Amino acid sequence: MAEEPLGDVLDDSDGRRVGAGGKVTLALRIRRYNPDVREDSWWDEFTIDTEPDDRLLDALHQVKWYQDGTLALRRSCAHGICGSDAMMINGKNRLACKVLVKDVLPKATVEPIRGLPVLKDLIVDMEPFFAGYRSVLPYLINDEGEPDRERLQTPEERHRFDDTTKCILCAACTTACPIFWGDEEYVGPAAIVNAHRFIYDSRDDGADERLRILAERTGVFRCRTTFNCTEACPRGIEVTKAIQEVKRSILFERF
Amino acid sequence: MTTAHTYDAVIVGAGGAGLRAAIEASDRVHTAVISKLYPTRSHTGTAQGGVCAALGNVEEDYPEWHAFDTVKGGDYLVDQPAALLMCEEAVDAIYQLEHWGLPFNRTTDGRIDQRRFGGHTRNHGEAPVKRACYAADRTGHMILQTLYQQCVKRNVRFFNEFYVLDLLMDEGRVGGVVAYELASGELHVFHAPSVLFATGGFGRMFRVSSNAHTLTGDGPAVAWRRGIPLEDMEFFQFHPTGVYKMGILLSEAVRGEGGILLNAENERFMERYAPTVKDLAPRDLVSRAIYQEIKEGRGAGPHKDAVWLDVRHLPREVIEEKLPDVTEFARVYLSVEPTKELVPIQPTAHYAMGGIPTDVEGQVVTGPDETPVPGLYAAGECACVSVHGANRLGTNSLLDIVVFGRRGGKHMAEFADGSDAPELPERPEGFARDMLDGLMNRREGANAADIRSELQESMFDLAFVVRSETGLKKMQQILGGLRERYERVFVQDTGRTYNTELMEAVELGFLLDCAEATVAAALARDETRGAHYREDHPLRDDEHWLKHSLAYRGPDGSVRLEFKDVKLGPYVPMERKY
Ligand SMILES: Cc1cc2nc3c(=O)[nH]c(=O)nc-3n(C[C@H](O)[C@H](O)[C@H](O)COP(=O)(O)OP(=O)(O)OC[C@H]3O[C@@H](n4cnc5c(N)ncnc54)[C@H](O)[C@@H]3O)c2cc1C
Ligand code: SF4
Ligand code: FES
Repeated sequence: MAEEPLGDVLDDSDGRRVGAGGKVTLALRIRRYNPDVREDSWWDEFTIDTEPDDRLLDALHQVKWYQDGTLALRRSCAHGICGSDAMMINGKNRLACKVLVKDVLPKATVEPIRGLPVLKDLIVDMEPFFAGYRSVLPYLINDEGEPDRERLQTPEERHRFDDTTKCILCAACTTACPIFWGDEEYVGPAAIVNAHRFIYDSRDDGADERLRILAERTGVFRCRTTFNCTEACPRGIEVTKAIQEVKRSILFERF
Repeated sequence: MTTAHTYDAVIVGAGGAGLRAAIEASDRVHTAVISKLYPTRSHTGTAQGGVCAALGNVEEDYPEWHAFDTVKGGDYLVDQPAALLMCEEAVDAIYQLEHWGLPFNRTTDGRIDQRRFGGHTRNHGEAPVKRACYAADRTGHMILQTLYQQCVKRNVRFFNEFYVLDLLMDEGRVGGVVAYELASGELHVFHAPSVLFATGGFGRMFRVSSNAHTLTGDGPAVAWRRGIPLEDMEFFQFHPTGVYKMGILLSEAVRGEGGILLNAENERFMERYAPTVKDLAPRDLVSRAIYQEIKEGRGAGPHKDAVWLDVRHLPREVIEEKLPDVTEFARVYLSVEPTKELVPIQPTAHYAMGGIPTDVEGQVVTGPDETPVPGLYAAGECACVSVHGANRLGTNSLLDIVVFGRRGGKHMAEFADGSDAPELPERPEGFARDMLDGLMNRREGANAADIRSELQESMFDLAFVVRSETGLKKMQQILGGLRERYERVFVQDTGRTYNTELMEAVELGFLLDCAEATVAAALARDETRGAHYREDHPLRDDEHWLKHSLAYRGPDGSVRLEFKDVKLGPYVPMERKY
């Protein structure tokens, strides 16, 4: 529990904030799995002293660096851009580097994201996820010759697909989707987001092909609009809306 | 167990430089890309502000103006022919990215939009110029995604979550690399006549850094251990605007769009330090100005060790459309609402100007007379061409990675096509195996995390924005002690599956190497140039120091230094005023 009162330390002058102060105690409950040690998973509990403004990732590092070196997780950038550390934190898919300790106090339960095989602790097999991504032809298709300069695109045309260019392939959406949990054939929200990014790009000519792929049994019509994906996305992408737009294009524009 | 692979070209690293090289090489020869991260996790993805080229879409501009700024920004330590070439090729490199689908922001007439960035000027310093092409404040993300997409399209062969631990050499020729597979704990030998390092930076040797946890200088350290020198290691860029305490970058684009810096007295202090370009002066000058303000008691915050970044006056749509991510960092990590409140910042360790010395084809060269190492290449932040000299200009690194990634990939493929790799020794993985066994077999000893945090803390105190002989000598002593303790590091995890603790310990060893080279070169250079500020030698000394340093690892473990001349060109060194 908090030893010192939480809250922001105010600068002397006129109340500008430069972060909270004081140490707090955080209880971490982590689902563990290590095939080198045993066949089934188990829970471990750790208690650490930390700062309220620290990231949950910092807290996990404290465990790994000073209590249990065997704890395995992926991470790199530590500020929500590389997409390495999606995990289930208090039941919700989040990036550990984008959750602050003060937002989960006094305790956090941490588990691997669901629907992908767990390989060790918080590390899951990303291959099925990337296979889904690759299946939607995630690259610009344009067979006209390349002009000497840039292709022209108006700000409005660019804006049409701006939202889905933000995707960092963290898998938080796909592994929050109940359809994906139940059916590994479903390409999942992230793949559709990445198809969307090209389908609505005025420079791309591959929309028909991608829409055909997504019209198949494994594609967009599996989606039951539960909005878990949108809620999970750390980049604030309107994932469900993107999926709906693709569905609409299949139904009303192309076929 | 060891698995063997044979390739023509092996690229180590899948950030912007590695992927750009991969596109080039894989079109021509049998190519493997080895990366300790999934490619899209590479730190190129965090670059925010932009990538520059004199397209002249918004304002009049020429590659030659760009080259001048690059040379002057680098405090004349830049090799001028390389800078001229980069700025010339920049224009096509940007169009190429656009043709591959990169969603650049656009002007109303549909061209790639451009904005201002520090140190980029019209006509040799007259006024700031709009030269940086950008995709909101996620330009690096879009470059990384676009290049990865092109690799997916071309079916490039990736070995993801493989850590390269050793470079195989035979009588001065490259024979391949040894890599550790994180998933299985297995060693793999990649036998190849050409290898290109694109492993990125090593900012993690400082406590406050904008760099990822994984930026630990692996490529430079692996090469260094095999006798390759490291060039200009004393030049490390400290970016003025890092999130207070955490170091997360708040892009220079914030100031490019009109943000300003204030001290505790609400004074726009950059007006005093750089009257012409003010807040858009190059990074070394701004970081030093911040230090000066703090030193003279005008720092903000409870510890008076921060200054404020002010964007409250910017139009709402500029903040939302052009700086959405940066704004979010302030909200998430500082709980500050930048549209209404001031954002506390401090300089953060950002970019390694130094690294593995190469020529403009990406080929690694050693010694003062630049002897090529057949088959060995480097590109991107781990390399030193040198186009950034003593201080890199913002947006020139994303340019560097695409221009020299392309050149390196092309040249290595041409080299590999038709040449066989030299024979490998009996037990090629021996060196890597012994290193891992050493760490795994000790059952007690020193804790890697303690050593790492002491390294970061003391480098932050003694080898950061402000340096001195006394401080650097002290740092050398500290490094000696840390090195001794490192020899006794042990890991708790003795398993084979995803042993990230083991790899973190290995990465710490790489970081220590980079720090040793950095401090030795910084101590030797008793002048101030670009990012290397010696308070005991505050002036630039062209007579003695218009030259690059080359640090070698001596057989006894000590660091030996050599120097080579800067390649000059049209621009005569003059005093840097902005
Ligand atoms: C926050 C931030 C913002 C920036 N903004 C800008 C900007 O706006 N404009 C600009 O021009 N520059 C910017 N920069 C600088 C620029 O982004 C980097 O210098 C550049 O992206 C480096 O690219 P790279 O390909 O050399 O390395 P990285 O992208 O860092 O990639 C390194 C690769 O090497 C691999 N690797 C490392 N070690 C090993 C090993 N042992 N074995 C196998 N693989 C390994 C990694 O997996 C990774 O794939 C920014 C930098 C930062 C940190
Ligand atoms: S859409 Fe959002 S949640 Fe899904 S992979 Fe992309 S960034 Fe992650
Ligand atoms: S560590 Fe990069 S997203 Fe969290």
